[in-house]
Amino acid sequence: MAMWLFLGSECLLFGGLISTYMLYRGRITQGPRPSQIFDIPFTSVSSFVLLMSSLTMVLAVTSAQRKDNVRTKLWLTITALLGATFVGGQVYEFTAFYNEGLGFTTNLFSSSFYTLTGFHGVHVTVGVIMLLSLRGIISKDKDTGDRPEVVELIGLYWHFVDIVWIIIFTLVYLIPA
Amino acid sequence: MAIIERPAPTAPILLRAPVTPSQSMGIVRRPVTSTGWKSWVFTVDHKKIGIMYGVFAMFFFIVGGVEALLIRLQLAAPDGKILSADLYNQMFTMHATTMIFLFAMPMAAAFANYFLPLQLGARDVAFPRLNALGLWLLVAGGLILNSSWFLGGAADGGWFMYSPNSGPVFSPSNGVDFWTLGVQIAGFGSLIGSINLIVTILNMRAPGMTLMKMPVFCWMILVVQFLLVFSLPVITVALVLLTFQRSFGATFFDVAQGADPLLWQHLFWIFGHPEVYVLILPAFGIISEVLPTFSRKPLFGYPFVVFSGASIGLVGFGVWSHHMFATGLGPISVAAFSIATMAIAIPTGVKIFNWTLTMWGGKIWYSTAMKFAIGLIVLFTIGGLSGVTHAVAPSDTQQTDTYYIVAHFHYVLFGGMVFGLFSGFYYWWPKVFGKMLNEKLGGWNFWLMVIGMNMTFGPMHILGLQGQPRRMYVWTEARAGEGFFNFGFWNRVASLGSLILAIGILLFLINVVHTTRKGKPAPLDPWDARTLEWITTSPPKEHNFDRIPVVHHLDDFFHRKYQEDATTGTMVQIATGEQLVRDEEANADAHIHLPSPSYWPIAIAIGVGTLGMGVVYGVPIMIVGVLIILGSSFGFVLEPSVADDIDYDPPMSGGQDTKELAPLG
Repeated sequence: MAMWLFLGSECLLFGGLISTYMLYRGRITQGPRPSQIFDIPFTSVSSFVLLMSSLTMVLAVTSAQRKDNVRTKLWLTITALLGATFVGGQVYEFTAFYNEGLGFTTNLFSSSFYTLTGFHGVHVTVGVIMLLSLRGIISKDKDTGDRPEVVELIGLYWHFVDIVWIIIFTLVYLIPA
Repeated sequence: MAIIERPAPTAPILLRAPVTPSQSMGIVRRPVTSTGWKSWVFTVDHKKIGIMYGVFAMFFFIVGGVEALLIRLQLAAPDGKILSADLYNQMFTMHATTMIFLFAMPMAAAFANYFLPLQLGARDVAFPRLNALGLWLLVAGGLILNSSWFLGGAADGGWFMYSPNSGPVFSPSNGVDFWTLGVQIAGFGSLIGSINLIVTILNMRAPGMTLMKMPVFCWMILVVQFLLVFSLPVITVALVLLTFQRSFGATFFDVAQGADPLLWQHLFWIFGHPEVYVLILPAFGIISEVLPTFSRKPLFGYPFVVFSGASIGLVGFGVWSHHMFATGLGPISVAAFSIATMAIAIPTGVKIFNWTLTMWGGKIWYSTAMKFAIGLIVLFTIGGLSGVTHAVAPSDTQQTDTYYIVAHFHYVLFGGMVFGLFSGFYYWWPKVFGKMLNEKLGGWNFWLMVIGMNMTFGPMHILGLQGQPRRMYVWTEARAGEGFFNFGFWNRVASLGSLILAIGILLFLINVVHTTRKGKPAPLDPWDARTLEWITTSPPKEHNFDRIPVVHHLDDFFHRKYQEDATTGTMVQIATGEQLVRDEEANADAHIHLPSPSYWPIAIAIGVGTLGMGVVYGVPIMIVGVLIILGSSFGFVLEPSVADDIDYDPPMSGGQDTKELAPLG
């Protein structure tokens, strides 16, 4: 339940960031416009990768409930790898944008874009760290609670981060400013 | 990773390979002492954490009070010379910030932490270590906020810290950086604390205690925690944007780039208005316990009090823009927020009526706690009425940023919240410390505070309506006006009143010292109280209850003492509080296992504090902070909630101890 409450709170965090972005998306006094730099196919692929990681997370949770440690570890690893791929894609994308002249301080759009997507990226990274730690804990048999529930809670967090990305992807990339 | 504090009925892995702390991190054994400073610093006991919250809050109450006195001294005479304009700005900013974030919220957290499990019939909160983490994050935030005094000047943008005024151009000193980081970190602490308390209330009530048999104090705390969970993230966003702007050159509040100056105001007040209910509702909860006890009647209309509290919380989210009527929002939003704001007066009025009718026809015992509770009703009503005048937008545009506003919120916050907290001090002091606060000194304390408070803040209504602006650092004789409306006269009255108020509070501190040294031991049930916290010793044992109480009624403790006589229909005493406590002791549970102390909460808080300082002083310090956080988080997660038998000193004999903290559900 604590995780649900935490995620409820996170909804407002992202709500605030998204509102800021929506307010500022069109306010560009200098630098490139979003339509000039967004690479929709590339971001679609990395979004797809992230969404697939939700599927593998579900598989990890069900394996954990069946107390199948080998499969749990396998699916957790794959989920973490997919998440890491997504973060890697984001880093690549940020670098590309930066090279095209869109710095963090360039204009209101860039500040709010990097803050919003960056916050999301940090959430994914934290999720990846949690997944890998969990995998390590399971293989050393060191967990301190009810294992299926731990996996499920981290899964909950993971799905939340994915859902937020669906919203961000739609609002930021797909709907033209 | 809170789950580990939950009892794990099916934990075969744990049984097969017992995890000892020395295996977990390989460096340290768990702290297990129960005396000395270590027992406080590493504790996870909700009672010790509650007391530490209280001490911390009281310290900052005095700090904030001194800041207030300096402000009043500056304004006591024309052309005040005590503070420079710059220092005056810092003073009112830090006065408000300290009182709200470092006194009021922590003091409410102190009461909530201490009494929630006791009133619910639980042995501890749901996540004891997160509880400790919340406390230490708050301490870290408080230290960062106040360190600014010694590191180049405090924040000077007002507690609302409007941007762009708080941006790097207009506020070049580091004060605002310390402010954003301090509030941010303290906010994380509250967020963690509120999640913990919600789970505690929903999951750990004693058997038989349905939500509608739960004391009103717990209800109000529940509402407050929901307000915090959903409002703190919004201020977090605002603070993050401001920090990014100030430290990393982002453009969020840069008007030259086309930024919207109202963005900050909206984000701030979406948090800021629920925040005022966060401050007042715990006080409402406290007096809803005090009034029935000292009126010797059950609370009138319990469900109404509960639901009006909840609706205050709900509507409280929809009124934030009434802080912004003067910004030109447009007629439709102004009308909507104006109506919503007036609507919030209804549940508040319901509560006032219920409290009054609780006293009606009761055998009232005018103890100090009761006096403060009645003081709250009267003074809060005055503040509430002046609040309704702000809800009327045309009138508000006249009052905005005048002393009338200052008068209003001091009546509701000082006359309301602070009086409620003092009522709680006098009511629960014997429970927490086992000694009675002196009632005679308490009377002086109360009356000096009432007189001082009305002398200080009453005249501010007049000053405000005459147009004295807020945050003005001097006034001049030449423009003070004449006759009844002379600025000078009322400013002097207010300053004199603030001294009387200070003496009143000093008397409380003297009372505390006097009681600690010479006070007589308190009886087990000094007030003939009604709720479960009195069914154990004073101060309560470490495990709170010898046996988890089974609840049958609202005000269960009262119903164990009194029963209705079938023939006369009156309540007849069948047992004393002492007898009930002895009875519990005689039938104590055999196996009680409490969560063990931990190093990690304070370690994480130190890491977060270091990270915060790093934002001001450079990336290397940030990296150190992140590493400390990461390392101690792993320690936190990998640590079993209960220490191994060998970790006790002397080692505990391995037994059949159950791991339960309290029954779930």
